Amino acid sequence: MLYREAGQFKTSYAADQQIFPILQDRIGIGLIAVLALGVLPLFATEYMTTTILIPFLVMSIAAIGLNILTGYAGQLSLGTGGFMATGAFAAYKLSTMFPDLNIVFVFLGSGVITAFVGVMFGIPSLRIKGFYLAVATLAAQFFLLWLFNKVPWFTNYSSSGVISAPPRAIFGDIMVTGSSAHYTAKYLFLLVFVGLLALAAKNLTRCHLGRAWMAIRDMDIAAEIIGIKPLQTKLSAFAISSFYCGIAGAAWGFIYTGSVEPLAFSIEISFKVLFMVIIGGLGSILGSFFGAAFMVLLPVILTNAPHLLGLNIPVDMISHLEYMIFGALIIFFLIVEPHGLARLWQIGKEKLRLWPFPY
Amino acid sequence: MSSSAVNPVSGSDAFTADGRHKIGGVILSVQNISLSFGGVRALTNISFDVREHEVLAIIGPNGAGKSSMLNVINGFYHPQEGKVFHKGQERKRMRPYMAARAGIARTFQNIALFKGMSALDNIMTGRNTLMKSGLLAQAFYLGRARKEETAHREFCEKIIDFLEIEAVRKTPVGRLPYGLQKRVELGRALAAQPEILLLDEPMAGMNLEEKEDMCRFILDVNKEFGTTIVLIEHDMGVVMDISDRVVVLDYGRKLADGTPDEVRANQDVIDAYLGGGH
Repeated sequence: MLYREAGQFKTSYAADQQIFPILQDRIGIGLIAVLALGVLPLFATEYMTTTILIPFLVMSIAAIGLNILTGYAGQLSLGTGGFMATGAFAAYKLSTMFPDLNIVFVFLGSGVITAFVGVMFGIPSLRIKGFYLAVATLAAQFFLLWLFNKVPWFTNYSSSGVISAPPRAIFGDIMVTGSSAHYTAKYLFLLVFVGLLALAAKNLTRCHLGRAWMAIRDMDIAAEIIGIKPLQTKLSAFAISSFYCGIAGAAWGFIYTGSVEPLAFSIEISFKVLFMVIIGGLGSILGSFFGAAFMVLLPVILTNAPHLLGLNIPVDMISHLEYMIFGALIIFFLIVEPHGLARLWQIGKEKLRLWPFPY
Repeated sequence: MSSSAVNPVSGSDAFTADGRHKIGGVILSVQNISLSFGGVRALTNISFDVREHEVLAIIGPNGAGKSSMLNVINGFYHPQEGKVFHKGQERKRMRPYMAARAGIARTFQNIALFKGMSALDNIMTGRNTLMKSGLLAQAFYLGRARKEETAHREFCEKIIDFLEIEAVRKTPVGRLPYGLQKRVELGRALAAQPEILLLDEPMAGMNLEEKEDMCRFILDVNKEFGTTIVLIEHDMGVVMDISDRVVVLDYGRKLADGTPDEVRANQDVIDAYLGGGH
């Protein structure tokens, strides 16, 4: 009853091509923006901000990045962790080499550097597809981590091999990285970044570049026959995807943990981001957020649930149960809706359009 | 969709009495093409011309090499011998996307649509080669990108209108029935405003009404835009009705080449289709 596009007529193609053509969606996104920008920072505790909100935002950037590559362009990748590590180390090198460089440009620069690295590892995609490409991208994962471990230049010759984010401020004196930064400032800075990146990703996927990616994904031979250059299109997907993953890695090192070693970006992270994309929904920007929320929130809920329910379960038992329930839920979701949470959301919206008159 | 908006032609002498573009000179010429896969000879020494604005049908029994011929024309197969001349210039070895950019579009025997995308997006993708806006403009949907999207959308809507698929423009094509998918595929090929349109069995598996619709679309495309059409078809009634010229292939060799009436009377063709000693 409430969610209807009835009566909302589009009289121009420009109006029909908006990201949110339905009024209720625009109100919804406005509410989410107000909630995220205005309400949450006032009420969120430090624990909630640093263990839920910030990792959720960081992982959503990475999930958008992988979704562009795997969900939109159809190129399976297991190198996400390696690209995130590249972003983190690029940000570290940039901010220590150019201490006066604004932190915004440090993040963007680390994204650009990662994009170049991503393109180099994307070259095999012209020849190999599917699982074989996934194995080829594993090379990126292992090679990049090995490189950051073995070459001391990347850590500025630190003996522990760990990099710590230098303190940096925006607008003169608002610290957003380093130990003195307030968690709310970190959160808001990251939120604005995520919002802009998500908007850019959505726009890219609905313009001609995005259509070229999807054409390559759905049928590469037909795409080539209508004039799409396969190599350029695949490499552009690798570049944009790695740009996002690089910024996610930089945000991880600089805003989420504050200090980072290469091992933090192990193959486990690559799989985690891949699960986010699959559970959230391949080929959906919104799904990337759903997937990130699922993967970040669920462990927190599962860890805290026994206490809230008054159950007295030993800690090691909880962590084992967490893995079991988590695995079972992933399988359950994939059986119920193989197209992910974004598809469930879409079905829900379609049902709502007809409600309460299903026929 | 008015022809002047898309394909301005000055002077009335360019048209025949029934409003078609007059058949012009040779636009595409294949000469002595031979193609084999390992020991299998798919095409042997085939030559024919395609003239501007005509409807040319390629017919022949299964396995005669018809689809291979189209694949040679749009650069998907590379023949071992022979040459292809496009607009009088010999064509170098090329990738299929270059053919598309040179104005040769095609549809497939087995529908090759982008299944996850809507009908509209499929057709818009057909215009991808004409879109030029840069990465940042697209990322923030600024100026040029926005104008471009809207302008191309307008053109695609004309095609949607023309093919009578307005009702399904936002439906993912995987969910559409076969006949509509064929139309969307034609629309995607038309979106690039090709000079030559290669249609591989556009009417396969259709009932009589759907075939009639498809014939109407093909003839209208030829009449309104002057698009040169090369089509493969098995339905002899359709071929004899709509084509200006017919090329007959059998076992990779050319049997005949001429107007439908000439081909119908050709003894080799009768033998191939009805068996020798008839």
